[in-house]
Amino acid sequence: MKSDYSQSRLTGWGLTSPSYARTAKVSHSEVGEHVKDSSGRGIVMRGLGRSYGDAAQNAGGTVLTLADSVAQAVLDTEQGTLTVGAGVSLHDLLQIIVPRGFFIPVSPGTRFVTVGGAIASDIHGKNHHLEGSFGNHVRRLSLLLADGTVKELGPDQDAPLFWATVGGMGLTGIILDATFSLIRIESSRCIVNTVRCKNIDELFEEMSHGDDEHRYSVAWVDLLATGAKLGRSVLWRGDHARLSDLSTKDAIDPLHYAPKQIATVPALVPSFGLVNSWSSAIFNELWLRKEPRRKVGTIKNIPAYFHPLDAIGSWNRLYGRGGFLQYQFVVPFGQEKTLRRIIEMVAVSKTASPLVVLKRFGQSNPGPMSFPIPGWTLTVDMSCVASGVSELLHSLDSMVVEAGGRHYLAKDAHTTPSVIRRGYPRLDEWKAIQRAVDPSGVWQSDLARRLELI
Amino acid sequence: MENAVGEVQNVLLLGGRSEIGLAIVRKLLSPSARVVTLACRRPDEAAELTQSLSRTGLSVEAVSFDAADTAGHKGFLADVVARHGDIDVAILAFGILGDQQNFDEDPQSAVSAVHTNYTASVSAALCLASQFRQQGHGKLIVLSSVAGERVRKANFVYGSSKAGLDAFCQGLADSLEGSGASVLIVRPGFVHSAMTAGMKPAPFSTTPEVVANLTVKALNAGQRMVWTPGILRWLFMVLRHLPGPLWRRLPLG
Repeated sequence: MKSDYSQSRLTGWGLTSPSYARTAKVSHSEVGEHVKDSSGRGIVMRGLGRSYGDAAQNAGGTVLTLADSVAQAVLDTEQGTLTVGAGVSLHDLLQIIVPRGFFIPVSPGTRFVTVGGAIASDIHGKNHHLEGSFGNHVRRLSLLLADGTVKELGPDQDAPLFWATVGGMGLTGIILDATFSLIRIESSRCIVNTVRCKNIDELFEEMSHGDDEHRYSVAWVDLLATGAKLGRSVLWRGDHARLSDLSTKDAIDPLHYAPKQIATVPALVPSFGLVNSWSSAIFNELWLRKEPRRKVGTIKNIPAYFHPLDAIGSWNRLYGRGGFLQYQFVVPFGQEKTLRRIIEMVAVSKTASPLVVLKRFGQSNPGPMSFPIPGWTLTVDMSCVASGVSELLHSLDSMVVEAGGRHYLAKDAHTTPSVIRRGYPRLDEWKAIQRAVDPSGVWQSDLARRLELI
Repeated sequence: MENAVGEVQNVLLLGGRSEIGLAIVRKLLSPSARVVTLACRRPDEAAELTQSLSRTGLSVEAVSFDAADTAGHKGFLADVVARHGDIDVAILAFGILGDQQNFDEDPQSAVSAVHTNYTASVSAALCLASQFRQQGHGKLIVLSSVAGERVRKANFVYGSSKAGLDAFCQGLADSLEGSGASVLIVRPGFVHSAMTAGMKPAPFSTTPEVVANLTVKALNAGQRMVWTPGILRWLFMVLRHLPGPLWRRLPLG
């Protein structure tokens, strides 16, 4: 028994580069049949479509989504681990585990990603400087291979294939389920310290010295400030609040968790979008100025601290019909000059949404295609129709790889094969593992074709 | 594959010596471009051309292609795809303008011009459409002409072949809806090029570069039709409905 296909137009979260594929939502028992049935254009898995670019698109081929239920998740409270189908979203998981005193080991900027996607993209969060990326916390996973067999993998069980799958963008096989460790929490609140930094030097200094005392750390940089004020920013550092940190009122139900969506952006946004220098200037003033110079001990709940944008459904529509891209790269420590120059170039170009995110990465994991390396990672949102965007990004690409940095595949929608090749020196090692498990090219995607990954 | 800002990697030009076609190719070249294939009758004479297009990271190839040999189209395309993978943009730019007086005297030469302009274009476009359907993406640019919008006595063999091609492409575009493939019909007016050398320019004459600019703009905007220059659209809206006696007297060459 195999579900029917439908022909679908797919884009990433940035709404760019649409392509058509046959799609189906499948159960674990059906997925093998679909693999046997794949055409020459191959298969890629798609979770919730939150990759910004074309990672979960496969023009002319098959795109499958796993129909998994969180009800089948197994929480081992003694070990502090969770075993769950790869198609389950972090959003669904959180509703189960937070009230039981657990939190996901790595939380990206949105909770609307699946476990399979989290592993395939080896996602990171605000705790990377201390705890690494999602793959660091995966104990085991089962992978459906191109030949139809299912293989158990883990850091100590066929480690090369396991680490090729972590950050492998779905090109080694289909992740069916996984077991990963959780964080124990006493409350569903976070205790947050805020520092407002006058310029980029102050921010570098502050982050380099204070980050390691907090589990979570991220900075928002205001691109509207230039010159001596370049890098004006707000740094938020936080930890999970202990019971003793909570007010008597909050302590009544310390693990209360009820994320809300306050609004959804309608499909009727004008085609040119609503994000522009005016709206951004107003937003930045309101957002950044409301923060005091230094504030300690603010209590925030999980959605407000980790996933503020999730409060607004379909916010990607704000950029209008031309879509947008999220440019994210990392440069090693010691390349602060390059980073400063890039921030300056983006600020001057006025092509970006003037709020960019800066984060310090800690140690990388053994995955040859895993994105994080020790250094600074910067994330910039840009409208794809702004003039000069492409030229700017091509120049930034060169600066990033010349500085020994690299780009995040889960977000990429623009760069070239040569930039990826330079940024990921272990690409060939990964390709050899990939080819060995998929000699006939069953796993394909638009991203893989565009960047010549396979 | 195309990236988020519409830069393409693999371009195929059918009619590899067409000046308008080449101007469009140049406009499509970005740091993302990987392969340009120029399909022309005498690839050995195109060395200078490939040289002028080449740059680091880009492979430019002139390959042998005889548009009139429709039986060979399928194999030709399969070969290009086998060597370079998915085609992002194909430009159908081959065609014969001819001379109406010659056509009047030698109907056989008219047949062969119509065969190239219409029949061979139909064949090539259908082969490309099938490839694009299979790919789930791909853009076809077809050089039509305002000469097909209302056919005039000075070049009605050429004009009628373009009228047929234009109509065919409109239907093809509709049939490709929902497949990921799309068709952009370009309707240039009089364009200064080797094809029109020595001819008296018609009003609102333009250059291959202008046509290319407007074409690539329309391509990125997802349009299905572009007039070059744009004013011709409004001009022909009037000319199309002009009474015959008046139309015949217009000094359109």
